[in-house]
Amino acid sequence: MHNKSLSELSTSLHNGEFSSVELTQHYLDRINTHNGKLNAFITVAEDHALKQAHAADLRLQQKTAGKLTGIPLAHKDIFCTQGLRTSCASKMLDNFISPYNATIVEKINAAGMVTLGKTNMDEFAMGSSNETSFYGAVKNPWDTDRVPGGSSGGSAAAMAARLAPVATGTDTGGSIRQPASLCNLTGLKPTYGRVSRYGMIAFASSLDQAGPMAKSAEDAALLLNEMAGFDERDSTSVERDVPDYTANLNDSLEGLKIGLPKEFFDDGLDSDVAATIDTAIKMYESLGATIKEITLPNTGLSVPTYYVVAPAECSSNLSRMDGVRFGHRCNEPKDLDDLYARSRGEGFGEEVKRRIMIGTYALSAGYYDAYYLKAQQCRRLISDDFKRAFNDVDVIMGPTAPTTAFKTGEKTDDPVAMYLADIYTISTNLAGLPGMSIPAGFVKGLPVGLQLIGNYFEEAKLLNIAHRYQQATDWHQQIPETFK
Amino acid sequence: MSLDKTDVEKIAHLARLAIDDAAIPDYARELTNIFKLVEQMEQVDTSNILPMAHPFDAHQRLRPDVVKETNQRELFQSIAPKTEAGVYLVPQVIE
Repeated sequence: MHNKSLSELSTSLHNGEFSSVELTQHYLDRINTHNGKLNAFITVAEDHALKQAHAADLRLQQKTAGKLTGIPLAHKDIFCTQGLRTSCASKMLDNFISPYNATIVEKINAAGMVTLGKTNMDEFAMGSSNETSFYGAVKNPWDTDRVPGGSSGGSAAAMAARLAPVATGTDTGGSIRQPASLCNLTGLKPTYGRVSRYGMIAFASSLDQAGPMAKSAEDAALLLNEMAGFDERDSTSVERDVPDYTANLNDSLEGLKIGLPKEFFDDGLDSDVAATIDTAIKMYESLGATIKEITLPNTGLSVPTYYVVAPAECSSNLSRMDGVRFGHRCNEPKDLDDLYARSRGEGFGEEVKRRIMIGTYALSAGYYDAYYLKAQQCRRLISDDFKRAFNDVDVIMGPTAPTTAFKTGEKTDDPVAMYLADIYTISTNLAGLPGMSIPAGFVKGLPVGLQLIGNYFEEAKLLNIAHRYQQATDWHQQIPETFK
Repeated sequence: MSLDKTDVEKIAHLARLAIDDAAIPDYARELTNIFKLVEQMEQVDTSNILPMAHPFDAHQRLRPDVVKETNQRELFQSIAPKTEAGVYLVPQVIE
């Protein structure tokens, strides 16, 4: 059951081969069996899921079901879910039961999908290894001594171990694509503004986007169909029609122009990962694509720029966690300042505190021009690089991450080394472009992801490019032995 | 740039974060390293570059100022640490 695609599951549910309750129970059983090894879920919502599954079965019987009605999924614990704990993997929100649903949760509920639970993540999505969670590190199903990537590491581990048919994630600097790469998944970060951010706990508002994490491009397209769209509750949501993302999956790639940025194949890239990416590119050539070397000269600026923009925005966004209206409050505050400082000091973990402090400093009096303004100018340079590149090519390809999954604990003492794990993904967020990671092979038994970057709103084209590759290869169907 | 104990204390105060004294040297070292990374931005000349606030240079949408949401004070306050008579309670500020 757990190896079926979303389309196959949908057909089986519509034909009555099994019910949504049976399918949901199958996944809940798998979670019970395997989650202890992985720590992929913070909250398993058994009663809630079975209630939704019953309602879905009713819709299936009454023939009012849609394509994804009755299919379970896992939500990253960053999305507000009414009546279910939404912790953002922080002690600060350990007791937070959201009084409302995020727009994407609302839309996915309306489609009749079943929420299995909330997945683990780096605290407030700040991390690239899923080690900063208040609820403990997540393990990579391909090697449990290694990290699954982050920040959507719980969704990635759950998907890699087939503990959910599909999952949601968010990507501020690579948090969908990098864990997808490290766990052999198909992950898509849409164009900034394509998916509503309402009810998605904000980290860096000008960079955050939600997207699907799936077994295949086809599955990702099906979930994106439900997630995308204008939302008046998100002031940065884009008013633009949503295409059917499955409609062009089978288009030919004949004549597709692929750009390979030379900056993505520098000394920092592991040579075995580079060889795997080369092989994937050759496969695209055999599918009719042509290759062109391009340059994105300001790529080296992306990590420094990001570590001003993201912390600055996070220091502002996280100021709402003040121990007054919701979340953690310290005991016996002696005055209001003490209430704020101790509630926040106790509630936030080390990485979150570091980033709040970087952002606070960068925005403090006298430093704004040197840091935030400068970063916004660098951001323009990075974005202009992509604009020039897309005059010549249809899609940009390269590695998603410089290495395969690293060992748990390997980079925890060196924040800067950890930040460089996102070196190839961050520029896409700064420019607001859509990006994907798809399985492209293995190095020493660990997955390698190929990154695809498209022009604005070209999610359908990216999915088409990914889908054609997945019809010619079976990397995306590989599952770790223990979780078959 | 190098941050010392006083800088870290000042930043922590601005951010309203209580941090352990013992942890201050670690914060000073880590933040200094991060700012070293950030200062690579100084290598590029951005004197005539317009800052980018949004990928599409979009502007805030306006909407008519009408009441649409219903008041959900009780629901929202049900998850608050401390309330009384419909207000949030904090330590006394004004004598």
